Amino acid sequence: MAIIENEPLALPSGDVPGVENPLGVFKRPREYSGLKNWLTTVDHKKIGIMYGAAAMFFLLIGGAAALLIRIQLATPNSSFLSADAYNQIFTMHGTVMVFLVVMPIGAAFANYLLPLQVGARDVAFPRINAFSFWVFLFGGLLLNTSWFLGGGANGGWFNYAPNNGVVFSPSTGIDFWNVGLLIAGMGSLAGSVNLITTVLNLRAPGMTLMRMPIFVWMTLVTQFLLLFAVPVLTVAQILLIMDRNFGASFFAVDLGADPLLWQHLFWIFGHPEVYLMILPAFGIVSEVIPTFSRKPIFGYPFMVFSGIAIGFMGWGVWAHHMFVSGLGPLSVAAFSFATMFIAVPTGVKVLNWLATMWGAKITLNTAMLFAIGLVTQFTVGGLSGVSHAIAPWDTQQTDTYYIVAHFHYVLFGGALFGFMSGMYFWWPKAFGYKLDEGHGKFNFWAMVIGFNLTFGPQHILGLQGMPRRMHTYDDAMGFNLWNLVSTFGAFILAVGTLWVLVNALISYKGWSKAGRPDVGPDPWDARTIEWSIQSPAPEHNFDYTPTITSLDDFWHRKYAEVEDGKLRRVATGEEIAQPGNGEGVHLPAPSYWPLVLSLAMPVLGYAIIFTLWLAIPGMLLLFAGLYGWALEPADDLDIDDHHGPSHDELAGANA
Amino acid sequence: MTDLATPVDGGSAADDHNQHQDSHDDHAPTSLGLSNSKLAMWLFLGSECLLFGALISTYLLSKARFIAELTAGNPNVIEGLMPAEEVEALGDGVRGSFETLPEIFNEMAMEGSVEPIFDIPFTSFSSFVLLMSSLCMVLAHKATEERDYKNQRVWLATTALLGSVFIGGQIYEFTAFYREGLTFGGSLFGSAFFTLTGFHGVHVTGGILMLVSLLVLSFRGKLKSDRSETVELVGLYWHFVDIIWVLIFTIVYLIP
Repeated sequence: MAIIENEPLALPSGDVPGVENPLGVFKRPREYSGLKNWLTTVDHKKIGIMYGAAAMFFLLIGGAAALLIRIQLATPNSSFLSADAYNQIFTMHGTVMVFLVVMPIGAAFANYLLPLQVGARDVAFPRINAFSFWVFLFGGLLLNTSWFLGGGANGGWFNYAPNNGVVFSPSTGIDFWNVGLLIAGMGSLAGSVNLITTVLNLRAPGMTLMRMPIFVWMTLVTQFLLLFAVPVLTVAQILLIMDRNFGASFFAVDLGADPLLWQHLFWIFGHPEVYLMILPAFGIVSEVIPTFSRKPIFGYPFMVFSGIAIGFMGWGVWAHHMFVSGLGPLSVAAFSFATMFIAVPTGVKVLNWLATMWGAKITLNTAMLFAIGLVTQFTVGGLSGVSHAIAPWDTQQTDTYYIVAHFHYVLFGGALFGFMSGMYFWWPKAFGYKLDEGHGKFNFWAMVIGFNLTFGPQHILGLQGMPRRMHTYDDAMGFNLWNLVSTFGAFILAVGTLWVLVNALISYKGWSKAGRPDVGPDPWDARTIEWSIQSPAPEHNFDYTPTITSLDDFWHRKYAEVEDGKLRRVATGEEIAQPGNGEGVHLPAPSYWPLVLSLAMPVLGYAIIFTLWLAIPGMLLLFAGLYGWALEPADDLDIDDHHGPSHDELAGANA
Repeated sequence: MTDLATPVDGGSAADDHNQHQDSHDDHAPTSLGLSNSKLAMWLFLGSECLLFGALISTYLLSKARFIAELTAGNPNVIEGLMPAEEVEALGDGVRGSFETLPEIFNEMAMEGSVEPIFDIPFTSFSSFVLLMSSLCMVLAHKATEERDYKNQRVWLATTALLGSVFIGGQIYEFTAFYREGLTFGGSLFGSAFFTLTGFHGVHVTGGILMLVSLLVLSFRGKLKSDRSETVELVGLYWHFVDIIWVLIFTIVYLIP
C-alpha cells in the first residue's frame, strides 16, 4: 500500500532511497520525465493533466458528432445523414460528452487540485489513481472503436429497454456502449474511493473540514455520489450484458419482464450523475468568484451545506425522468415535489455567488467572465429544469427539444463554462504561464454567443413540438428558421470552444519567445494554499506541510487588520510562498502495473463482445497485473524505516 | 509527526516503540486516525452495498413478475420453462399449458411460489459453513496480532477451505437446478436467481483467492504481525460477503 507522508522525509543524499524489496522480484521504473514517465507516473498532477488531455480528445469526437447532427437538422428533409447513422451519432454524442468529457474534466480538476488544496503530498493511493485514469482511457477508446467495428451504439445515451435488446438493436454498438462504460466506471469507482480517502485522511494540520476550500467540498460530495451511483449503473449494464451476450431474459417482455426496471436503475444512477457533473464546476466558480471579487465567499457554511443537501436530495428525484412512463399519480406527485425542492439548495448557491459579487471591485478577466457565464446560463437551465418538475408541463415537453435545450444549458452553459473558467484560472499553476487575455475574451464571447444561438432557439422548437432524436422534419412544420439559427450558432460555438486550445498554443509560443518568464506562485492574488507554492507546481507539491489556521489561509497570511481596523496587505504572495526546494522529499516511485492491469480490461471487454477465447489472454493479463501490483516493492519509507535517517535527524532537517 | 516506526518486524517492535513513543499505531498519521487502506475498504464496501442492493431489487421484481405470469398461465413463460424439444413437439398452434410443464414448475405454478425448487436444509448447511468461516477469519486475524504464525496459517487455510465448501455447494446446487429444468435464460426467475447468487459466488471466490495469497505470503514469512492490517482488510471483505449472504439467504430462500 502506498501511504503518503504528511511531512517531507529528508534523506541525507537527497536521492530516492535504496528500497529493500520486501515482497517481490520486480523493480519499479525510475524515470521521472519523458514518455515512459507519462506511462508509469503516479503523480496526481500528471494524471490530472492526462485526464484533461484525454477529455479534450474526446471533446473533439463528441463535438464533431454534434456538428454532424446540426448539419443534418439545418434544413428540412435533409438526407445528409441516414436515419441509422443519425441514431448512432446522437447516441455517441451524448455518451461521449457525458462519460468521456464532462466527468473526466471534473476528474482532471479533482486530481490536480485536491491534494494541493488540502495540503497533501499526493492522493492516498497513487497507483490506484493511475489505474483510474488508464482504465477510463481504455474504456473510452473501446467505446469509440465501435465506429470501425460494426457501428456505434444507437439507443440514445440512456439506452432504454427493451429497445436495447438484441431484437431491436442487433448491431454490436450497444455491446460496446455496455462494456466501454463498464470499464470506464471502474475508473470512476476506484477514483472516488481514492479521492474521498485523500480528502478525509490527508489534510494538512489545521485543515478542518470547515476550512476546506469549497472546491474540495464539492468534489468530496461528487465522489460520494460516484461511489454510490456507479454500482447501480454497473448492475444495469451487467443485466443487459447477461441479456444480450449470455442469453438471460431480464428485459424479455414476452416472459413478463418489466422494462421499467432499466429506467429505474439507469436514473437512480443517472440523476446523481447530473449533479456529479455540475458540482465540480460549482466548486470551481466558488474559487474564482471570490478571488476576482476580492471578497471571501458569501455564506461559506451555506455553500457547503447546500452542496451536501444537493448530494442527498439528488437521490430522491430520479423518477422525474419518468413522468410519462405511467408511474401513477402518487409517485409523480412525490417526485415532482422533491424536484421542486432540490432547486432550493441550488438557488442558495446562485444567490451566494451574486452576494459575493455584490458591491465588489470585480476584475473582469476571462476566468471571471466564464464564471459569471456559468452563474447566468446555469440559472436559465435551472429554471427550465424547475418547469419540468411540474408534471403536466413535463408531460407536454418530455422528449422535445425543450429538454435538449434545458440540459445543454446546465451541462454546457453550466458545467463546461465552469471548467473553462477553471482552466483559465489554474493554467498558470499547472503550466507556468497565463493564457492570453485577448484570445481568452474572444474565446469567451464566441462561446457565449454561439452557445445561446445554438440552444436558446431550441426552447422555442421544443415548445413548438419538435421531438428530440428525430433525424429530420418536414418543411411545413415551421421548424425551419430556428433550426437554421441553431446550426449557425453551433459553428460559432465550435470555433469558440476550440479557441481554448488555440489560445494555449499561442500563449505558450509567446511565453517561450519571451524567455519563459516566471509567472510567480500567486499571479491572481488568490486565497487558497495551492497558490503558496511555485508555478508550475513542483513535483513534490509542498516543501513542508503548511499549517492551516483559517479558511482562505493563504489570503489571511497576505492580508491582516491593522490598527484602524482596515484590511491591509502585510505580505505578497511571492514573499511568503514556499521556495519549491524538494531536496530530500521522498515521492512514491512510478509503476508499470496500473497500465498492465488496465490493459487487461479492454481485452476482457472484446472477449464479451466478440469471442470468449479472448478472455484467456485477458485473464492472464489481469492476474499478471494484480499480482505484479501486489508484489511490487512498496517503495515507501514506512516499509524502509530501518534504513532511513533517525527521527532526530529528520526533526533537524525540518527546522 | 512523521511516522517512521510504521510496520516493524516482531522482534524489534519494542525497541522501535521506545524510540518513537508517539507513533504506536500501525499506519502513518492521518486526519481521521483511521488508516487509509481501512477507510478505502469501508468506502468500497459501501459501494458494494449499492451493487447488491440493485441486484436484490432486480431479483425481487423478476421473481414477482415470474410468479404472476406463471400462475396466470402465460404460454410464453410456460414454454420458457420447458425443454426446447418438448416445445417443438407440441405441434402447430398448440401452446404450452400447466400440464406440459416439468413437475417442479408445475408445483411452483400451483403454489404460486418459487419455494418448491429450493432444498432449504442443504442451503442452510452451506450457509452455516460460510458463517463459520467468518469466525475462522477472526481467529486468523487474532493469531496474526499475537504473532502466532502457526495458528495464523491454520485459520487462514480453514477459512479458505470453508469458503471453498460453500462454493462447492453452490456449484452442486446450480447443477441440480439446471437438471430440474431451471435454465439461465428460460425464465425471469432463472436469470435473476443465477445472476444474484452467482455474483455473490464470484465475490466469495475472489475472497478465497485473497486468502490463498495471504497463506502463500505467510509461508514465505512475509505476513508478520506488522502486516496484521492486511489480514484485517481481507477479513473486512470476507465478513461483508458473509453478511450479504445472510441477506440473500433470507430474501431468496427463506421468505416465501
